Amino acid sequence: MKYIDEFRDGDIARKIAERLADEVQPGRNYSFMEFCGGHTHAISRYGIAELLPKNVRMVHGPGCPVCVLPIGRIDLAIQLALESNVIVCTYGDTMRVPASNGLSLVKAKARGGDIRMVYSAADALTIARQNPEREVVFFAIGFETTTPPTALAIRDAQRQGLKNFTVLSCHVLTPSAITHILESPEVRQYGTVPIDGFIGPAHVSITIGSGPYEHFAEEYRKPVVIAGFEPLDVMQAVLMLVRQVNEGRCEVENEFSRAVDRDGNFSAQALVSEVFELRTSFEWRGLGEVPYSALKIRPAFAEFDAERRFSLDYRPVADNKACECGAILRGVKKPTDCKIFGTVCTPENPVGSCMVSSEGACAAHYSYGRFRDIAIVAETA
Amino acid sequence: MTTMTKKNYLRPLDIKHGRIDMGHGAGGRAAAQLIEELFVTALDNPYLRQGDDSASFAIPVGGRMVMATDGHVVSPLFFPGGDIGCLSVHGTINDVAMSGAQPLYLAASFIIEEGFPLNELKRIVDSMAAAAREAGVPVITGDTKVVERGKGDGVFISTTGVGVVAPGVDIAGVNARPGDVILLSGTIGDHGVAILSKRESLDFETTIESDTAALHTLVAAMLQADPGGVRVLRDPTRGGLATTLNEIAGQSGVGMVLEEAAIPVLPQVDAACELLGLDPLYIANEGKLIAICSPESADALLLAMRKHPLGGQAVRIGTVTEDPHHFVQMNTRFGGRRVVDWLSGEQLPRIC
Amino acid sequence: MCLAIPAKLVELLANEQAIVNLGGIRKEISVALVPGVAVGDYVIVHVGHAIGRIDPEEAERTLALFGEIAEFEAQQAEIAP
Repeated sequence: MKYIDEFRDGDIARKIAERLADEVQPGRNYSFMEFCGGHTHAISRYGIAELLPKNVRMVHGPGCPVCVLPIGRIDLAIQLALESNVIVCTYGDTMRVPASNGLSLVKAKARGGDIRMVYSAADALTIARQNPEREVVFFAIGFETTTPPTALAIRDAQRQGLKNFTVLSCHVLTPSAITHILESPEVRQYGTVPIDGFIGPAHVSITIGSGPYEHFAEEYRKPVVIAGFEPLDVMQAVLMLVRQVNEGRCEVENEFSRAVDRDGNFSAQALVSEVFELRTSFEWRGLGEVPYSALKIRPAFAEFDAERRFSLDYRPVADNKACECGAILRGVKKPTDCKIFGTVCTPENPVGSCMVSSEGACAAHYSYGRFRDIAIVAETA
Repeated sequence: MTTMTKKNYLRPLDIKHGRIDMGHGAGGRAAAQLIEELFVTALDNPYLRQGDDSASFAIPVGGRMVMATDGHVVSPLFFPGGDIGCLSVHGTINDVAMSGAQPLYLAASFIIEEGFPLNELKRIVDSMAAAAREAGVPVITGDTKVVERGKGDGVFISTTGVGVVAPGVDIAGVNARPGDVILLSGTIGDHGVAILSKRESLDFETTIESDTAALHTLVAAMLQADPGGVRVLRDPTRGGLATTLNEIAGQSGVGMVLEEAAIPVLPQVDAACELLGLDPLYIANEGKLIAICSPESADALLLAMRKHPLGGQAVRIGTVTEDPHHFVQMNTRFGGRRVVDWLSGEQLPRIC
Repeated sequence: MCLAIPAKLVELLANEQAIVNLGGIRKEISVALVPGVAVGDYVIVHVGHAIGRIDPEEAERTLALFGEIAEFEAQQAEIAP
């Protein structure tokens, strides 16, 4: 597959790894946060951590929209399915996230809720057209990459004059999350979470461009390298970050130049501003209330807003006391620091969202990395 | 002048336009007619023609009997490369064959939903019959029930198979030992991708077909080439190669190390998985097997497999290791190492 | 962060739809978010929509950058005694 296979070449990976080993300053520790869940997944799946020098540490960030979805929001979707006889359409990722009362969307489906997995927002529109006598709600999650398709669906619903289609918007914004982390006490004051730089999200940046990150580089003096998702992209980005740190630079560099430019996708941005506006505040799982970090539907498209149509009342729900997802999402703790990791909380019985999404730090570590926690006895050739 | 006596005063089944109704499950005349005209006609063998509720056969002398059973609930019922009918025959033949047994007979029970079109039922049963004939394993007894509309997904089929293992053959999931070699008979992920391509929301065009096939003659060829060398056989169905290997690692109390570069995957299967965020290691196969053998036997077995039409792309994919944690690890194409874990939940296409 | 994959646009359809080909798989997607896209372009597909284009020159440049490392190593090897 073109533009995929070339970026997974193992020989080049080794070369980059050697370069990295050469360029890191001995005795100095490098800590980089990869914001995106997609990067977390790539790092685990390709075993990139092993190819990095020992003094380079990757800190997992909150860039997994499923992981940061608070319990209260999923409760709303479940409520709609079980109590209002609504057809709830959602992406596969949200189905197993644990919510209140021991329920999740997949469990609510087992109880009779009409909950359907869709691959695209457009599919939810199709379901609405095919079922004119039922209400259809699209449970929309995702960062800036996923928001334009939702905006498109709402615009098309208006053009088609659909009366039974609404969207429950839980779209969130990347720059706000990064700011929140940089402002957090552990990073700003205590220094318990040293972050020397960021690997910037790949596909979010296609939409928003590299421009918005310049603020972090200048304001917080942290280098940002936007990286593609293939393993070579990630390794090259780590190399570029190490170089910036060594040279004392704090710039925004774009490793993913084949798809990202400074401005981003104007058509997509325009469409999103037409349909959505900022919420003053939104609760993120693990981060608490974050100002101007999420989107709601504008009054002009009010008839497609599920929160208005069903008079939904958001109620925050506290996480399980033992769950460390919050700290893990902020990079303060590692999955192995959580007391219930791998014992009570497993992919089969997830307690927190970091274990559900395959990109959550806990799920990624459990599936791909936990064997490193345990010494493996001698193996045969 | 000859007179032709009216036979039974019964109007033949309307296969073209008819549908299953509750009468077909009631055990009365309609049920008998359905069985006679549709099932027995297609599956046709002396056992079924006797018309009893059971079939009787002689137990082969020597060796051990093997029995296996499967429920088939695949949706859609008809998919590229096959249907629920041939799938059910292949599936149970394979389960029996995986203990090194020669499959002898099958039993099949059908639970059919009221309103199911007879022409589709005939297609399914004809397909089963063809698969059984080709494999040389007849369906010798069966049962039919009908449930109300809405209580069954068209048709569910349950098949049970019996076979016989020759004396001295000991093939089981507990037999893998450190140092053993892991062989795979061909490309993975074909069946699952063929099914997914027909699911509404994921609709994509592909030429991938299900690999559904009966593997007993491949197994026979392997056992002939090296009777004592095969320690474990299994077909990686639901949950895919990853799940099967994890099962065996657990049963045998060993670990495994695989080479990603060695595992054959068709380009379109790879592409479909990329598109949907799935991993071919976890996708169902219905016409492939893995064999764990002693190191000395690997070459002879591979040769025998590659000569067989169902093993043309047989390849060595890894080794069994000593590991108290029973991890299945993989050296990635990329140069790193990762764990190939059990499947969690259902493999749902991801957005992120 | 979101699963998105480069695929080749092989056919434009009505209503801002198109068919892409990825490794032999063909799928219908929306191109409403990438106006002006043409047959032969590589687009990045996310949840059934094209969200951006691949710039072939930049792609080559990036690969070359990886390759530079290989060259650099070769040079170093020559210089070293």
